[in-house]
Amino acid sequence: MNRVIAREMIVPNMHLLTLEVPDVARKIEPGQFVIVRADEDGERIPLSVADFDREQGTITIVFMEVGASTGVLAGLKAGDTIPTCVGPLGNATETGHFGKVMLVAGCYGIGSMLPVCRALKQSGNRIITVLEARSSYLLYWADRYGTQSEKLFTITRDGSLGMKGHIKRLTDVFNSLPEPPDRVIVNGCTYLMARTSELTKELGIPTIVNLNPIMIDGTGMCGVCRVTVANQMKFACVDGPEFNGHEVDWKEFLARRKQYIDEETSFFKHTEPKAPVHKEGKCLS
Amino acid sequence: MSQEGPKKLDLNRNDMPKQEPEVRRSNFSEVALGYTPELASAEAKRCLQCKKPKCVSGCPVEIDIPGFISCVVKGDFAAGIKKLKEKNCLPAVSGRVCPQESQCEAQCILSNKHAEIAIGRIERFLADWEAAQGKIDLPPIPKKTGKKVAVVGSGPAGVTVAGDLILLGHDVTIFEALHRAGGVLTYGIPEFRLPKAVVAREVDYVRKLGVKVITDYVVGKTRSVDELFEEYDAVFIGTGAGLPWFMSIPGENLNGVYSANEYLTRMNLMQGFRFPGSSTPVRKHRRVAVVGGGNVAMDSTRTALRMGADEAHIIYRRSKEELPARAEEAENAEEEGVIFDYLTLPVRYIGDENGWLYEIECLRMELGEPDASGRRQPVEIKGSNFKTAYDAVVCAIGNSPNPLIPSTTPGLQVTKRGTLVTDQETGKTTRDKVWAGGDIVTGAATVILAMGAGRKAARSIHEFLCS
Repeated sequence: MNRVIAREMIVPNMHLLTLEVPDVARKIEPGQFVIVRADEDGERIPLSVADFDREQGTITIVFMEVGASTGVLAGLKAGDTIPTCVGPLGNATETGHFGKVMLVAGCYGIGSMLPVCRALKQSGNRIITVLEARSSYLLYWADRYGTQSEKLFTITRDGSLGMKGHIKRLTDVFNSLPEPPDRVIVNGCTYLMARTSELTKELGIPTIVNLNPIMIDGTGMCGVCRVTVANQMKFACVDGPEFNGHEVDWKEFLARRKQYIDEETSFFKHTEPKAPVHKEGKCLS
Repeated sequence: MSQEGPKKLDLNRNDMPKQEPEVRRSNFSEVALGYTPELASAEAKRCLQCKKPKCVSGCPVEIDIPGFISCVVKGDFAAGIKKLKEKNCLPAVSGRVCPQESQCEAQCILSNKHAEIAIGRIERFLADWEAAQGKIDLPPIPKKTGKKVAVVGSGPAGVTVAGDLILLGHDVTIFEALHRAGGVLTYGIPEFRLPKAVVAREVDYVRKLGVKVITDYVVGKTRSVDELFEEYDAVFIGTGAGLPWFMSIPGENLNGVYSANEYLTRMNLMQGFRFPGSSTPVRKHRRVAVVGGGNVAMDSTRTALRMGADEAHIIYRRSKEELPARAEEAENAEEEGVIFDYLTLPVRYIGDENGWLYEIECLRMELGEPDASGRRQPVEIKGSNFKTAYDAVVCAIGNSPNPLIPSTTPGLQVTKRGTLVTDQETGKTTRDKVWAGGDIVTGAATVILAMGAGRKAARSIHEFLCS
């Protein structure tokens, strides 16, 4: 069994879960993922890793609470165990020397990009970071990126921190730079990755995205994570999860991500609501 | 010349009771209900107890078939199961899913009269009888040799190797990538053909013998084969054929297009047939097409019917004669209402504006000259294209071996098909101290062949460990 060392909510609905999994911790590299099951009947959820400590034998997973299964994960506390944490899965991010690298992250991607950021910095790259969120209260770890980055930009939908607007404000970020970066790495929601790839394609900047399709086994057996890249069928779990963002068929990817939206909604009609985690304006989780 | 005079031939093969088609097509309970003690004994009594039994030579694991059958004749079921388990540690599984009609039963002398002994059914009866006693007799475990073997994959090959080696005194650990042991028996074959409780029971048996089973452990990722040697003296690879083939036709990434692995894994391993009682979602489909003609295709269509589809079709490019599925499974499917579209080849999947499948374009085929496999080759009839409405299609045209281990293990030679190169007699790979068997070597094949390969490898591993 995999013991929970800590679980905390860093911003609303965004959680960090630290697990004791020595064999996984010994092997995991930035950009890889694990699959967890929260309970014996739980579904297999592929989740990104935001940190790891080989000596302590722990990894820290970042996830957003969006449904029943992540809801169970969000309710874990230190000392609990979960039945499955398998990995590391997928290929690691290339973190060699590229020169100037721009990291674009949003949502859970802010968490899982940090190990990538550190590794790139260690390889002698100059880092520019762009963090995106709906509002300042959903943005996290700007300080951690700040210490690693030459420049840090934030974009919020409501303008509560940094630039106001959508990810298309990235154009303004590029315009403000004396020279374009040598490589862009994006991690976050599909919209963020697709839109960024579109922009950088026009600018001719190599762009790597970290895809998060539906998965079951995560070892190439089921093929549900297939994605079209450069007109070829790829399995994100074993061929990815990172791909050239300019070559991904984003329309198809988005449609495949949404396959079970109806079923997931109907699931809640058949389940009891969870006990409230907020009381009198205070968060109890 | 026997003193009792020639035995009168009884040519009436005893049928096994089954759930009625109209009933079973809406439940996931096992279709075949198994022999009663009376039926088993009546069937066993038909056996001629040949002096040179041909049936044994038809069995990949060389079970003493007349031996266990004569125990049933005497009513000594305990002795029968013991005899069976000398050669086969998964009798409840092989009794259900082995293609006996092309193996042991095909060799039976009575098959000339189309009255071969129902060996598989008697085998299954004994295994189920033992389980029903609630007490499993464990064979004596010999003194430990101190040698350790790692088995990668908990399917039929891996479980057989583990079961054999533990009984030879070695320590054995099985590593399984998924969260439940059993490999294809667990994720692939549906509940109605092979109840998961039966698989769990068989895996539990090797556990009781002392085999350690570690789930959620991906060898090649969590630990490489090289790293296994830090702890183990030999490694067996039985990782199966776990990489689904698609046909490279337009529209295969539409929603509603599944690999059979995905479709069946959702239903079996992830218990999707209980949805919304399961947490892994499954979608209800009205018209389901399954491409392919093997057992996996039959399993998929029959699952689709049980999930409430109005229509489930098999789309197969050859004719009924060439169906690779077991005759019994194709018959079961037909009885349950599966529609067979023979001599049909899908050429394009057509989707709506939201990326969901709504139509399949197919071509009609005709049979031409025999090909390399000896079967008449299907040839396209030009201009015969037609479209049919479907909201789901399951691609069940086969799997290639999962490359995860070959690609992370230096020194392992693979064929063009991605299978591991091994010595046929011993299962030895091109890498020192590494053996392999099952679908990773043969490409997708049968449970019993995988068990046979496991047996051979176990023998060779044992020789190596004792030398």
